[in-house]
Amino acid sequence: MSSPHRTPMPSAEQPRTNSNIRLSVEQVSYAYTPHTSQAPLFTLEALSFQAKPGEIVAILGPNACGKSTLLKLISGALEPLSGRIFLNGFVTHTLPTKTRAQRIAMVQQESALLFPSRAWEFVLQGRHPYGGGVRFETEEDVTIATNALTQVGANHLSNRWMDKISGGEKQRIILARALAQQPLLLLLDEPTLHLDIGAQVDLLDSLRRLATTNRYTVVVVTHELNLAGEYADQVVLLQKGKCLRVGPPASVFQRELLEQVFQAPLSVEMTSSGRPRVTLFSNK
Amino acid sequence: MRPLTLTRLLLRCTMLLGVLFVVVVIALKLGAVQVSLYGLGRDLVRVLLGHSSGISTDYGMIVMDIRLPRILLGIVVGASLSVAGASFQALLRNPLADPYVLGVSSGAAVGAILALIAENDLALSPEMAGVITPLGAFLGAAITIAAVYLLGLRDGQIDSSTLLLGGIITASFLSAVIIFLMSTLGGSNLRGTVFWLMGDLSTPQPRSLLYLLSFGFLVAAGAIYTTAADLNLLLAGEKEAMHLGVDVPRVRIVVYLAASILTGLAVSVSGTIGYVGLLVPHLMRLIFGSDHRMLLPASAIGGAIVLVIADTLARTVAAPSDLSVGAVTALVGAPFFIYLLRRRNA
Repeated sequence: MSSPHRTPMPSAEQPRTNSNIRLSVEQVSYAYTPHTSQAPLFTLEALSFQAKPGEIVAILGPNACGKSTLLKLISGALEPLSGRIFLNGFVTHTLPTKTRAQRIAMVQQESALLFPSRAWEFVLQGRHPYGGGVRFETEEDVTIATNALTQVGANHLSNRWMDKISGGEKQRIILARALAQQPLLLLLDEPTLHLDIGAQVDLLDSLRRLATTNRYTVVVVTHELNLAGEYADQVVLLQKGKCLRVGPPASVFQRELLEQVFQAPLSVEMTSSGRPRVTLFSNK
Repeated sequence: MRPLTLTRLLLRCTMLLGVLFVVVVIALKLGAVQVSLYGLGRDLVRVLLGHSSGISTDYGMIVMDIRLPRILLGIVVGASLSVAGASFQALLRNPLADPYVLGVSSGAAVGAILALIAENDLALSPEMAGVITPLGAFLGAAITIAAVYLLGLRDGQIDSSTLLLGGIITASFLSAVIIFLMSTLGGSNLRGTVFWLMGDLSTPQPRSLLYLLSFGFLVAAGAIYTTAADLNLLLAGEKEAMHLGVDVPRVRIVVYLAASILTGLAVSVSGTIGYVGLLVPHLMRLIFGSDHRMLLPASAIGGAIVLVIADTLARTVAAPSDLSVGAVTALVGAPFFIYLLRRRNA
């Protein structure tokens, strides 16, 4: 799958390893060109960052800044125009679909189901990358799925129908399915979008806990400034396809920078825990 | 948590096969010539065990040579249409998909008629013709589903109402093509073709065709079954399925080709029998849930049961004249389709 203009990639047998780095995004760029003859509609300029196991990275920015594109690139669903993305030394988009699903789990914006299924059936789907075809789930699969439900505190929902539970409960079941994949990398696309505030905090608390205990590397796309400031170890700040800043929240959250990116007057203060907090003002 | 196990799958299939057996026995009994249930059961077991010489009675000929082949044909056609319907529903992510509604059956019919015309013109032997007609029907089905799929695309995504509309328009366009083609066929063939088009199992088919049909069904349905777990994930969308390790393009092409084969085979022998592919998978989902590992075999057996019942009704309610079995399934299926449509929009 390697194109000639790119530097040779490490072969599958000899992954490039760096003991402490799990996810490494290196000079990755992308261009969305619906018709090959035309100029690209959207470009993501080259950007780099790295993340360790147990870290939460927030990709932050206003709408249409390229957040979701970056997440798709990391997930391996899109191939970068230039640069490479390594997960434990393997290039993500060249991994076979099944192997990729064993290492990377994606939690997407609400998925619609064609036919109703029960929550436990949905969580068990997370075991698909380990089987597939007509294989039947093993005892081990059931144990792993049950643990996943426990970890997100949703054991009591196990037997409920997916279309009969609340948005927050549904989000937790979707997260449980991702955990059942036993991934190294957990990707979430606007996971708090349709949740009320209590459910948002619940979800991010679980993410924080899971990242620490299970050593997941978590990448979250969001436009919620304060959630990113409170929970992320690193923030990647994007504006119109350009990466403006990468670093811990305290260094990225600067008033002028955020005002310019989000086009709103705001103030930033540091809390006692060393986390930035953003307050918005009216434009008038 | 109670995931599907092989034991449970086999148990349920055996149950359904039991129901099918009972239905077949009743279907064999019903008709202009009365036969006793006991004699029938005994003879059927003998045939199954390969002792057909032991059949003593004078009705043996009627039952075994006329009713049984027709029932066997109904079993294969019903199973093919239902599995095709269940596959189309998953592949197109549309609960209202079915070979008939999407115009795929009409496409297969056009292919079959074109093949018939070619056979007449080239004066092929009956053996060759027996292969050419199903092949033409398969090609017709495959081309039609590709066309309907493209019609249903909007911004690179399948839009379910556009898809249905595209299917209905395609079906009516193809009906016009069929009428045009039929007037070129002309003469003695015409009445038979009209009856065949409405969906009909009464035309005796050569035994070799029944074998071809069963073989084609096993291969195509088997191919679809290898993707059963993938289809479960496809229901949630192609992107989600990919993130869970499903090789989406491969699954799509396997299911697309296999479902076209199933539709083509069914249409080439029985015309366009509607709604079986719609009704049966939904019934089976209500009973067994939407796991395709269970749903596909259940639909196959359920489709056989439903079509044998429908065909038995078709040849008995207005006896001595034969109704078209397609009329029977449409009488029941069309209102059911409306019900599904209304419920979905509610």
